[in-house]
Amino acid sequence: MSDVEQIPTRVAPTQPAAGPMAATQSKPPDPILDVRNLKKHFPVKGGLLRRTVAHVKAVDGVSFTMQRGETLGLVGESGCGKTTVGRTILRLEKATAGEVWFEGRDILKLSIWHLKALRRDMQIIFQDPYSSLDPRIPVGESIAEGLLIHGIGTKQEREEKVREALLRVGLHPSSMQRFPHQFSGGQRQRIGIARALVMEPKLIIADEPVSALDVSVQSQVLNLMRELQQEFGLTYLFIAHNLSVVEHISDRVAVMYLGKIVELADRKQLFSVSRHPYSKALISAIPVANPKIRRQRIILEGDVPSPLNPPSGCRFHPRCWMAQEICRTVEPPLEEKVPGHWAACHFANDVAASLPHK
Amino acid sequence: MATTLPSASLPLEETTIQAESQWATVLRRFMRHRMAMISAVVLVVIFIASFLAPFIAPFGRDSIDLGNRFVLPFTPNSATGQIHWLGTDHLGRDYFTRLLYAGRISLTVALVSTLLSTIIGLVLGVLAGYFGGWVDMLITRTLEFVATFPLFIILLILVTVLLEDANLIPIPGFILSTVMWVTAVTREREAQVIVLVTVVIALLFWTGTARLMRGMVLSVREQPYIESSRALGGSHMRVMTRHVFPNAFPPIIVDFTLGLNGILVLESSLSFLGFGIQDPIPTWGNMLAFAQSYMFQHPWMTVVAGLPILFTSLAINYMGDGLRDALDPRMKL
Repeated sequence: MSDVEQIPTRVAPTQPAAGPMAATQSKPPDPILDVRNLKKHFPVKGGLLRRTVAHVKAVDGVSFTMQRGETLGLVGESGCGKTTVGRTILRLEKATAGEVWFEGRDILKLSIWHLKALRRDMQIIFQDPYSSLDPRIPVGESIAEGLLIHGIGTKQEREEKVREALLRVGLHPSSMQRFPHQFSGGQRQRIGIARALVMEPKLIIADEPVSALDVSVQSQVLNLMRELQQEFGLTYLFIAHNLSVVEHISDRVAVMYLGKIVELADRKQLFSVSRHPYSKALISAIPVANPKIRRQRIILEGDVPSPLNPPSGCRFHPRCWMAQEICRTVEPPLEEKVPGHWAACHFANDVAASLPHK
Repeated sequence: MATTLPSASLPLEETTIQAESQWATVLRRFMRHRMAMISAVVLVVIFIASFLAPFIAPFGRDSIDLGNRFVLPFTPNSATGQIHWLGTDHLGRDYFTRLLYAGRISLTVALVSTLLSTIIGLVLGVLAGYFGGWVDMLITRTLEFVATFPLFIILLILVTVLLEDANLIPIPGFILSTVMWVTAVTREREAQVIVLVTVVIALLFWTGTARLMRGMVLSVREQPYIESSRALGGSHMRVMTRHVFPNAFPPIIVDFTLGLNGILVLESSLSFLGFGIQDPIPTWGNMLAFAQSYMFQHPWMTVVAGLPILFTSLAINYMGDGLRDALDPRMKL
């Protein structure tokens, strides 16, 4: 597989001016983040000399663009590399290859010094709100930590900012002095959000921010995130495995399978006419809260293949009910099948036409 | 699905938040720990009494009084009428007086060697745990090597060598004079033995601490809050000092108290074997060892001689507990 194939920019003749994967909205495109052919391979060491014997291709050529103010949902089953994408963008993992352009600069090439400045603009909300807060440090200090690291404001100003952030996420300012274990899961995630918010970031990578929470609390946190987005013009990369959560919050959705994006489209489009068999199977598995409706579910057979040694051709072909000979040999590039709707499938249009629809 | 956020309904009155420094919080929590506080007082009393021994001791340290051998506790001296609070030994020397002087040596040896070994263990353990790779490899292998040393035999050999020729193991003069001043021993040879015992114990005792610290750092290092601090742009140094160390440190407090007890007892075993610090210089260890030979004729001697080690050990353990709890905000006190 050549690199050119994997960069949708070069294979998007329909929209040459608007840049790669620009959302088909009336707004003029204003990309904030442009990920190009991002790869992260983890070496597997073995043998006596601890030599690298293989690579786990956790992320293997992922490209997408995010518009300012949008929410891009990144879904996929566990182990598909979606978290690694988020972490690599933030440089918590060193990328193996690729580029991440954030406001005109390639993050992956920045020196540590410039990176530190950039950390202000990009924040992360972690999955587990308990273990992502230092248990020995009062919440106020945890929230103020970023400000302190970047030398923002005096002690009083920082305290004021923390107070504001806490109020904004619906917590009393007196929470500052308390410790993480004194809060409930939902409150702790609010603290996690306040921690990101206080830095006044432009992009927030939310790594499964609600999957550790009770369902009743999930919606509170999601709605809070949405309110904050409108208020501060935030851009979210929302990583999750829960499709209904993603449907609730995202503007666009990218589906990942085994280290690659297999489909990327407007939320409504993706959930109504998905153009990749994997997305279709996922969507068919969303439970409906009505026992009278019997939906035809697509049961995928087998397990996700090992990212150590991904299948030839289309990575999904061993589990795909529509697979033909070509799928075994030729890897389908991620192409714009209809404006704004990208899919990596040789038979994307057939998938769209097939049942079941949601 | 729709939820209203409580932010709007929150009272916005000026909340005065009394900022209390973290150390003040720890101190307040420690004070609430009753046994720890009692222990702290006991320890302070033992320390002060030991170091003020020349002023509060009722008898001379080595003054032999053969008319008053094996006097029971709380019995007056037959000649002067002065009370022997804890009795006398086989030479009629006052037990209370000798235990006071002995504390200077025992506490110094135990504290200094435990401190030294804890510091060595902390530094090496943190380095091994945080950096991993060949640093970890080097430190862990050294650690395993040292851990196989038979501590006792090495101590015995070194002390024997030193007693043979003091110049074989050079010890700087100022250290000797400091030791002589602190422990109130008069002969240089005695001070040399004290220094040697202290250093050798420290050099062989750090392995447990290092292993413990390495393990703690390894587990703390992988916690998401470490990563979240890194994601905010925190430097390695900041992450180490602000997050890794405070979270990895608390078990070391308990380790320290256990080590201190172990060394107090170790010193007594050394003395028991006739090495270590010898009569007439009293240490808690050699007094206990000596009392054991009269265990069946005068059983109270062993009890009296064992009391300081018992109380000190207990007090240090309780203090360690209290400190660990006070440092952990998750503990309810």
